[in-house]
Amino acid sequence: MSVARFWRKQPQRYNLEGTRCETCGRRFFPPRTFCPDCRRDGKVVEHRFNGTGQVVTHTVIRTASEQFDAQTPYVLAIVQLDEGPRLTAQVICAPEEVYIGMQVKKAFRRIGAESASGPLYYGTKFVPVE
Amino acid sequence: MRKVAVIGVGCTSFGEKWETSFRNLFVEAGALALEDAGLSGEQIDEMFVGNMSAGRFVEQEHVGALIADYAGLATNHIPSTRVEAACASGGLAFRQAVTAVASGMADIVVAAGVEKMTDVGTGVSVDALAGAADREWEGFAGATFPGLYAMIATDYMHRYGLTREQLAGVAVKNHRNGAKNPRAQFRSEITVDTVINSSLVADPLRLFDCSPITDGAAAVIVAPLERAREFTDTPIRVLGSGQATDTISLHDRRDICTLDATMVAGERAFHAAGVERTQIDMIEVHDCFTIAELCAIEDLGFCAKGQAGILTEEGVTALDGDLPVNPSGGLKACGHPVGATGIKQIYEIITQLRGEATGRQIDGEIGMTHNVGGTGATVVCHILGV
Ligand SMILES: [Zn+2]
Repeated sequence: MSVARFWRKQPQRYNLEGTRCETCGRRFFPPRTFCPDCRRDGKVVEHRFNGTGQVVTHTVIRTASEQFDAQTPYVLAIVQLDEGPRLTAQVICAPEEVYIGMQVKKAFRRIGAESASGPLYYGTKFVPVE
Repeated sequence: MRKVAVIGVGCTSFGEKWETSFRNLFVEAGALALEDAGLSGEQIDEMFVGNMSAGRFVEQEHVGALIADYAGLATNHIPSTRVEAACASGGLAFRQAVTAVASGMADIVVAAGVEKMTDVGTGVSVDALAGAADREWEGFAGATFPGLYAMIATDYMHRYGLTREQLAGVAVKNHRNGAKNPRAQFRSEITVDTVINSSLVADPLRLFDCSPITDGAAAVIVAPLERAREFTDTPIRVLGSGQATDTISLHDRRDICTLDATMVAGERAFHAAGVERTQIDMIEVHDCFTIAELCAIEDLGFCAKGQAGILTEEGVTALDGDLPVNPSGGLKACGHPVGATGIKQIYEIITQLRGEATGRQIDGEIGMTHNVGGTGATVVCHILGV
């Protein structure tokens, strides 16, 4: 991923900044700038998610693309945010610890590296809530 | 709209074809299809080529023109269009060809699919395939394509009590069929133990739950039904076509382990064909992973959600069962050259309906195909009949 392509989405990736439709109240993460329910009547504004939620489903990635190869094995999950939307993210725990329904919260972490000496990318992962 | 028939088919063998280039794969399949229909190149009006990612796999774009050129059709200046919907590119190319003929815009149209995947290493192919999902919000988080289907499997097993052995049964059955298909990449039978002892790729999916990296091409030729007998004694009718989309990301779906796009595309194809599910004699479904075959059988409406594992265990989906699924060996054993798969599915059903599937022949008059792009963001279904 190019530096510009990553930088463009930094607020969203760093702080879970999504959007909210003021017309119907639906919240979006990943952010959408167009409400599929209200269409032209929608008024979409920024919304920062508090970042708590639970694991809906999960896997452990053992074979990854080059960008993530050094991190394997890692836990990947679909997380249902308490505020509504779902997203795909890593969960920082041992492979055998993750389960459906696990309570998690957002954490700012290094996501990956372009190469050994290339730029580092940061973003949101999730950690178990004790 | 005019009625449409398939008048010729061709398919390369599938596998790691080190000796064959991207363009020659297509030329081989195209020549076989033309020969099958007894056509010469000048009679072709138009061409649609399904291809997912020649740009990543062989650093080649502008595939429509390249293929037309090396098929010897450049000097005829026929329209040639590349069609892309990830792993559903082939099925979509076929639908475009059918649409062109049905509308009256063209008479003799080639629908082809081609993918050359083994010229790059595993890391690059894993990354290219991840482009079938949402790069920014799935891929960037570390999701691989097997990883997304693994999350479908986790959800499914949790909710419906599917066992690891039942899931493995899909791969065992497809390898048994592939062993009987001369074009299949894997022609050896395997056992449940082979699957559950293979290495983990993305829990709970193991290596033998996954379709392989494959080179291959397939081509079929469609024409108006009223002209089909000019070219062949065994035209196969295109009874119905259905296509649907859904959210690009798995996390945005209504239900993680139900492909709504399969339900809708299937329903549209059944409706267009005026055919009931009980009339379907065989189906080729998109088993990019074992779990995907179970979801397909259920979401197409052949059984209730959560029951396809039991159906597989009881042999209902075997070659000699009541509803044979993936007689070609499916993506799992026949191989999965992504852009070619949808056309290969059509090829298999045509071969079966003509009674030419030696060694794996099913008695039947109506067959169905089901081709998925990504984790279910695009689905295209076709119903074919004698
Ligand atoms: Zn709205």
